[in-house]
Amino acid sequence: MFIPNTLEDQKIMLAKTGAKDIKELLAQIPQEFLYPALDLPKALTEQELSAHVQELAAKNKPLKNFIGAGMYEHFIPAAIPALSSRGEFLTAYTPYQAEASQGTLQTIYEFQSCMCALLNMDVATASHYDGATAMTEAALAAHRITGRKEIVVSTLLHPHYKEVLQTYTRHMGITWVEAKVTNDGVLDLEALKAQLNDQTACFILQTPNFVGHLEDAQAISSAVHSVGALLVAVVNPISLGVVQTPGEYDADFAVCEGQPLGNPVSFGGPGLGVMTAKKAYVRQLPGRMVGIAKDKDGKRAFVLTLQAREQHIRREKAASNICSNEALCALNAVIYLTLLGPKGLKEVAQLNLERAHALAEKINAKSGFTVNTKTPFFNEFVVQCPIPAAEVIKKMEAKGIAAGYDLGRLCPQMKNCLLVCATEMRTPEDLQAYVDALGGI
Amino acid sequence: MQEILKNELSIEKSRPGRRGVCFAQTQKQAADYLPAGLLRKSEPNLPQLSEFDTVRHFTRLSQQNYSLDAQFYPLGSCTMKYNPKAYDVLSALPGFANAHPFAPESAVQGTLELAYNLQELLKKVTGLAAFTLQPAAGAHGELTGILTARAYHDTHNGQNRTEVIVPDTAHGTNPATANMAGYQVVNIKSAPNGCVDKEALKAALSEKTAVVMLTVPNTVGLFEPEIKEIADLVHSVGALLYMDGANFNALIGLAKPADFGVDIMHLNLHKTFAAPHGGGGPGSGPVGAAAHVAPFLPHPIVSLKNGQYTLADERPESQNRMKAFYGNMAVVIRGYCYLRQFDKDMLKTIAQNAILNANYVRACLKGKFNAFFDRNCMHECVLTPPDPHTTGVHTSDIAKRLLDYGFYAPTIYFPLIVPEALMVEPTETENKEMLDAFVAAMEQIYNEIQTNPQVVKDAPHNQPVKRIDEVSAARQPNLRW
Repeated sequence: MFIPNTLEDQKIMLAKTGAKDIKELLAQIPQEFLYPALDLPKALTEQELSAHVQELAAKNKPLKNFIGAGMYEHFIPAAIPALSSRGEFLTAYTPYQAEASQGTLQTIYEFQSCMCALLNMDVATASHYDGATAMTEAALAAHRITGRKEIVVSTLLHPHYKEVLQTYTRHMGITWVEAKVTNDGVLDLEALKAQLNDQTACFILQTPNFVGHLEDAQAISSAVHSVGALLVAVVNPISLGVVQTPGEYDADFAVCEGQPLGNPVSFGGPGLGVMTAKKAYVRQLPGRMVGIAKDKDGKRAFVLTLQAREQHIRREKAASNICSNEALCALNAVIYLTLLGPKGLKEVAQLNLERAHALAEKINAKSGFTVNTKTPFFNEFVVQCPIPAAEVIKKMEAKGIAAGYDLGRLCPQMKNCLLVCATEMRTPEDLQAYVDALGGI
Repeated sequence: MQEILKNELSIEKSRPGRRGVCFAQTQKQAADYLPAGLLRKSEPNLPQLSEFDTVRHFTRLSQQNYSLDAQFYPLGSCTMKYNPKAYDVLSALPGFANAHPFAPESAVQGTLELAYNLQELLKKVTGLAAFTLQPAAGAHGELTGILTARAYHDTHNGQNRTEVIVPDTAHGTNPATANMAGYQVVNIKSAPNGCVDKEALKAALSEKTAVVMLTVPNTVGLFEPEIKEIADLVHSVGALLYMDGANFNALIGLAKPADFGVDIMHLNLHKTFAAPHGGGGPGSGPVGAAAHVAPFLPHPIVSLKNGQYTLADERPESQNRMKAFYGNMAVVIRGYCYLRQFDKDMLKTIAQNAILNANYVRACLKGKFNAFFDRNCMHECVLTPPDPHTTGVHTSDIAKRLLDYGFYAPTIYFPLIVPEALMVEPTETENKEMLDAFVAAMEQIYNEIQTNPQVVKDAPHNQPVKRIDEVSAARQPNLRW
């Protein structure tokens, strides 16, 4: 069982401590609080527990998923869970003792390197909680760097990301404004220019944006930099197999939700906050970083570095309070990119483009449903429905399909808008099944 | 040759044309879908390895790690207890892993029911009125808790409360958290007995105090015997008592924080509730609150309405979310498994054996590595080495030498109030033979310090690398290939 100490062991050990019984060891806890009433359910055996939890899992309906909206279902090669579930990785702690943690440390160094390569940025951290918190910490870093107090975000930034930004900044005297969008579902560049000024710390650009459209990042970047503000880019990592990178449009910070890289959607958590930046800002980054050092024989070794930014050294003056991050999800991501390489990444990105565009065309051909295919998109797009999206979702659920995200949840004017995603997981047959099911509505 | 291969980076093993995964061919290219200006210009410099190369690469890396599955890991305050394998299997069930956070709630009732049940169980073991499972880690839980307190004060007391009091024994995350939440940090010194100095606390408390953050048991492994009086003092000025529950493994089943006046606390599912640490996450840091503070916890919280579990909770005073989506479900599932596998009596036994094991190690090492506070401890003990001024051997040397003996090192140089601290937390899942072996290694090191200190100062000797010059990494940071 869980406790290996036998009663005999306990007796010997107690004698060694000099305590006459276990209660003597608990004497620090005031008597009035000790051994409270606890109404817990009966303990289950492993077999019973397993049956019980499997029963709960079975209460989730296995719908054919066409929802993205920040969490994306992608193919996970078997080698990933096989490797990352090894106890040597799974049950290690944060690599404080570097000499006995070279495995974890090297994987983090390789993760940082792969993220820099993928996003085309100079430096990356060991990971953050998720895309939303990584973005928020990047915005806070921009605030510290520029000394400015205004953050501008696109109206089409993921709604949860907006909320997290607000949670973290509302008591800091930081104000934030939303930049308008056009009827085509992209940022209104002229309106943005009018909103940027010498008080702007940063602009947060999400591309593809929440409704799936790719933004004109280059033009936006120039506008942002022309007022001395910083650009924080929020991207989809799989899209970067084909889509221009934050480094190419001169982003100062680039973050993403790294879940699509070898991690399941898992009801939205754990995510994987990927945080990258230009080299000049490395000392403003929150959280752990691994660097190359030498051991005393001069041999290459890996170690946690630049720790003077962190809470255990700087306490209240630290760049962030983050401690534990998402190391295991980062391990999944680095194994994923190692398996795919540059060719595999491009292939999966193209497959996403192909499937999503094929679905968009098929839906467009259905009377009553229209998709704006004029604005470039990656693997997600908006369907204008003849009835409220919430009703479409309900009817499609009955046919075993998770039809998409109801944009009416964001604003009532979009109540007929359905955000639909097709990754490489949706086969041509799945796409056909989707439009067939739509036809019955 | 073998040695060189072992230490190569994946990118150094890369050969153009190799690959581990292929996808179905597409009929068109990216340029057929996207305007040229939106296309990626250059290929990313990712490794090109076969699947087998990849498997061997990461398998070899895994072998260059100490891990709980293979080694005793007496890392104080980290609660490196055994993580039952069943939980790993159950948390990865496709029904859970494939549940999309925006799927219709009717399609994710299993996930929501489990989360709801865990919220209820955490309420029971702490006595608090409500829990959110949203925070992704302990420090994230702290921030959630302090922002919850802030929302509470904004409603009840105006915005004049600007300070958070933190004892000097607190985890570094506590002051960093208070600062992130926009508060000034007021540090107070501990009393000579290692507990809160009530006079110092009284002097620091005022109508400006928003929160007092207390780790219970504290980081020197001691319970605050006057916790109720401390709570009363905090409440007498209208402030809230926050409990850092990272060390709850010492209390579960033995005492409920709500009983001694805690208003808000976080728990670490990756410590007390047996979820593995994954080399540094993902964790999960649920936050609980007493009834008067509960309305201010961030949304969403799972509730049960008309027989359906839902995230659509109606708490108008709730602050906004702390992360996207809900919580770290894969970790939450493990926490739930833990509380279903152990009942009241078993939890009590678990906490008591965690305490017994720590006291046993403390007693065995007495005279060689003395506890800084020489009395019974809770789940961890803070030891000190023989005087380094005399021996020339420091705690960092002892930590490295332990690696040679096959043990991970304790937490070192923490808490800050203990010079040369070695913080040992054996946990309840280690058996007596392992503790005896650890004690024997420590005694051996003690002897080496007297007879051959150089062997300790040069340690480690049998790890994949020798002692690392950490400063060399910070001088000209090399953080990527």
